Amino acid sequence: MPTFVYMTRCDGCGHCVDICPSDIMHIDTTYRRALNIEPNMCWECYSCVKACPQHAIDCRGYADFAPLGHSVRALREEAKGTISWRIRFRDGREKNFVSPIRTTPWGSIPGPAEYPAPRPEDYARPELAHEPEALKIEGGLPRLRPEQFRKGVV
Amino acid sequence: MFSSNPFATVAAALPPAALQAYVILMFVLVVAGTLYDVWHKGSARYFFENWRRSRERAARALGGGELFSIALQTLLVDVLASGEFCNTRRRIAHLLTMYGFVIYVVSTAVLIFGYPTAQTPAPAALVQLWWLGALMVLAGGLWFWLFIRVDVLAEGHPRFRIVQADLFILSLLASVVLAVLWAAAGGGAGVLFSLYLLATAVLFGSVPWSKFAHMFFKPAAAFEKRVSQANGTRANLPAPADRPETFGSARELPNHY
Repeated sequence: MPTFVYMTRCDGCGHCVDICPSDIMHIDTTYRRALNIEPNMCWECYSCVKACPQHAIDCRGYADFAPLGHSVRALREEAKGTISWRIRFRDGREKNFVSPIRTTPWGSIPGPAEYPAPRPEDYARPELAHEPEALKIEGGLPRLRPEQFRKGVV
Repeated sequence: MFSSNPFATVAAALPPAALQAYVILMFVLVVAGTLYDVWHKGSARYFFENWRRSRERAARALGGGELFSIALQTLLVDVLASGEFCNTRRRIAHLLTMYGFVIYVVSTAVLIFGYPTAQTPAPAALVQLWWLGALMVLAGGLWFWLFIRVDVLAEGHPRFRIVQADLFILSLLASVVLAVLWAAAGGGAGVLFSLYLLATAVLFGSVPWSKFAHMFFKPAAAFEKRVSQANGTRANLPAPADRPETFGSARELPNHY
């Protein structure tokens, strides 16, 4: 079920607009508050739910783990490096979870500019930028040998 | 210019009662527009429904003293200091505009009702307060509309694209810009004054269609948010993580394969 915005909580900061991977969180032209302009295209990634500093965005969880009438809410605490989840079922039961925001230390991922620029011959290689080093695979990506191919298949 | 009451210059062309009646009409428009807005959007009904749900699910009941303390915090932090804003620049712009608007409106009313003619000269400090309020509105409003509006920063829309959400800020800016130009030109009841009255009528008459009423429902929402934190419902949000060293990103170095 797609995201929706509590208009009284939203302060129109635009964080959700910036982060939405589907580009469907936008600013309403009447009240300058956020809204989901295309609920059909929302894949419930919860990016906007976690990013909203006002906790003004809500999202109904999937019916396979929480039947209708439930509430799933997330609290992102950047300073602690945690995301907490609270699922309240319609019969009143609650489940609470805490998980890390990321599995690598803060600041440990180099930015694109910190890597060396690609050489001309790199553009002809099948690997993506900084592969295989970035994947931590020594000796290059595993490849199929020609004798492994079957005639008529490839 | 900064010490003479510009509204007293209108008395030569218009009786003071006309300008006073105009101010009363604007006040009535704001009250009626806000009541219509509350009824039309159902914001009061939404607030009381949320309040009832929050009380039903409360982990603990709040006493009168606690509610008073929360109301005081809401007033001091959320209303008077615009504490809900997560963006510092928007918060400063909002504070400038809000306090400028209050100073500007109150000093305008005092000047019109208390010192309506040249025979009742206004204190220079009061006129300077009017100027200060107007300039604060201009500083905060223009900063917001030209530079930190979310339509431009997050949406990437052109700077001068105008939508209905701009009705409040643009009519406010138009009213104050025309007031400042009119006062700087020496006052009187000419074209600038007519345009000033028109822009002000749009500002106060468009309450049901603009975001003017946010000054009433935003404090109510901030109060409700603080109450939900205090009574344990937290609008269904989870409690803050209590053991970040165990569950947070800093718990251990991950082992990537």
